[in-house]
Amino acid sequence: MTVAAYPTRWRRPPQIIKDRRWRIAVQIGIVVYLILAIGTVDVNWARVYDGLERGQRFVMGFLQPDFTSRWRDISQGLVESLTMTLTSTVVGVAISVPIGIGAARNLAPPWVYYVCRAIIAVSRALQEVIIAIFFVAMFGFGPFAGFLTLSFATIGFIAKLLADDIEEIDEAQAESIRATGASWLQLVNYAVQPQVMPRLIGLSLYRLDINFRESAVIGIVGAGGIGATLNTAIDRYEYDSAGAVLLIIIAIVMVAEYGSSYLRKFLQ
Amino acid sequence: MNGITHFSQVWSHRTPRARLALWVGWAALVALFVWCWQLMTANTIWFFVQDAPRQAADIGSRMMPPRWSYLPELWAPLWDTINIATLGTLGGVIMAVPVAFLAARNTTPSARILRPFALFVIVTSRSINSLIWALLLVAIIGPGLLAGIVAIALRSIGFVGKLLYEAIEETDARQIEAVAATGASGAQVLSYGIVPQIMPAFWGITVFRWDINIRESTILGLVGAGGIGLKLQASLNTLAWSQVTVILLLILATVVLSEWVSARMRHAII
Repeated sequence: MTVAAYPTRWRRPPQIIKDRRWRIAVQIGIVVYLILAIGTVDVNWARVYDGLERGQRFVMGFLQPDFTSRWRDISQGLVESLTMTLTSTVVGVAISVPIGIGAARNLAPPWVYYVCRAIIAVSRALQEVIIAIFFVAMFGFGPFAGFLTLSFATIGFIAKLLADDIEEIDEAQAESIRATGASWLQLVNYAVQPQVMPRLIGLSLYRLDINFRESAVIGIVGAGGIGATLNTAIDRYEYDSAGAVLLIIIAIVMVAEYGSSYLRKFLQ
Repeated sequence: MNGITHFSQVWSHRTPRARLALWVGWAALVALFVWCWQLMTANTIWFFVQDAPRQAADIGSRMMPPRWSYLPELWAPLWDTINIATLGTLGGVIMAVPVAFLAARNTTPSARILRPFALFVIVTSRSINSLIWALLLVAIIGPGLLAGIVAIALRSIGFVGKLLYEAIEETDARQIEAVAATGASGAQVLSYGIVPQIMPAFWGITVFRWDINIRESTILGLVGAGGIGLKLQASLNTLAWSQVTVILLLILATVVLSEWVSARMRHAII
């Protein structure tokens, strides 16, 4: 009797796709896709080569940013961005609280639930930039359109997460409040609000951070803020001013991120 | 005599001091809001704002019968958009993997110099939106698909790098030690101890980012970086609102489909 059938070499077992034929099929599929996809990308290498000098100038501008010569524009854009961020977060959260309560299955009747979920779905489906294009067309250029865009986007974000949170509350506490004969408003105030408040504050701070980042983007389509300043600087080939704007954005995002994570830890 | 009458206090949720602090906090927030509101709307032309409902109705009426005959022209830009997202994700992941290994506390070769550098790369890439990257790259390497792909790749580094280095830091140290105890070299520890542990997280993060990238690449064309956004920009510039409707519906369908695909794939992996 021989033990020749016993394997003498160890092979690494496959982790994700167990069947060998499927693995080969997926690999061939990936290669075919890459050939097709890279084939459609036609690159004008002469243009890229010309651009390298500009890229170098941009990197130099980033290393030696020029804050002073366009400071009026930069500070104006910054004030617009920051005020837009704060007002839109406050208004967005204020509107999304009732919508979030309405979109929680355990608090709202079915027809309110479906209406509120529909509002959330519409607000989440569209990109901020696309919404900004429409609001700029309706309300004219400037930070007011940006404020409306960010408020609209905030509703979808906060209301969805708040509604999911309310649906997961501890039912025992709600039941005990209900047993005292509390009305619906008292139920929301004494059973739901204490349970979801820490998370709502955390989400609002996180959204404040996101809204600032987005306010830097929607300026490109005319909705005011620091993005408009950046767009102008790049259009004028003033890479040192553009570098300054980018550095300010990075610095504020970093401060906001660390600040909000610190504040959330402090509040919990 | 009834002894209970002096217990006339009413139960309240908070102490007086906490209530006062809460009121001051709310008042400060309201004051800040009003101040910011005045600063923001200093230059707003209220006539345009009053005029908005009429404008909205006007745009709505122009958008309404969508011009479906425009649809065949959109397949090629849609294919470009998907390629931007996929190739951009690929490039971003390839660049993010070494950054993640440098940033993770348990695999970084030098915690003093390389780790802060890797963390800085991650923060920089995360704080600049892909549309801004595209704006810069269109100015540098010219309009086209390449600028879009590079913009998506640069934005993806931060996202994939951050989530991946957190996954590396959460690996089970005992398995790594067991592989190291067999006399494995550094590269072998990486390949047999760490990589199998982070593989599911890696694929999950990649597919998730691909889904986000599909969303973002639909608008990159607004600044000239190719894809369906170029058609959107062209239609907006010529005020062809009935074409805009078709494009938006197509974008919406693509986003929903990619979200579904990514949810299915993540479900299968994890």
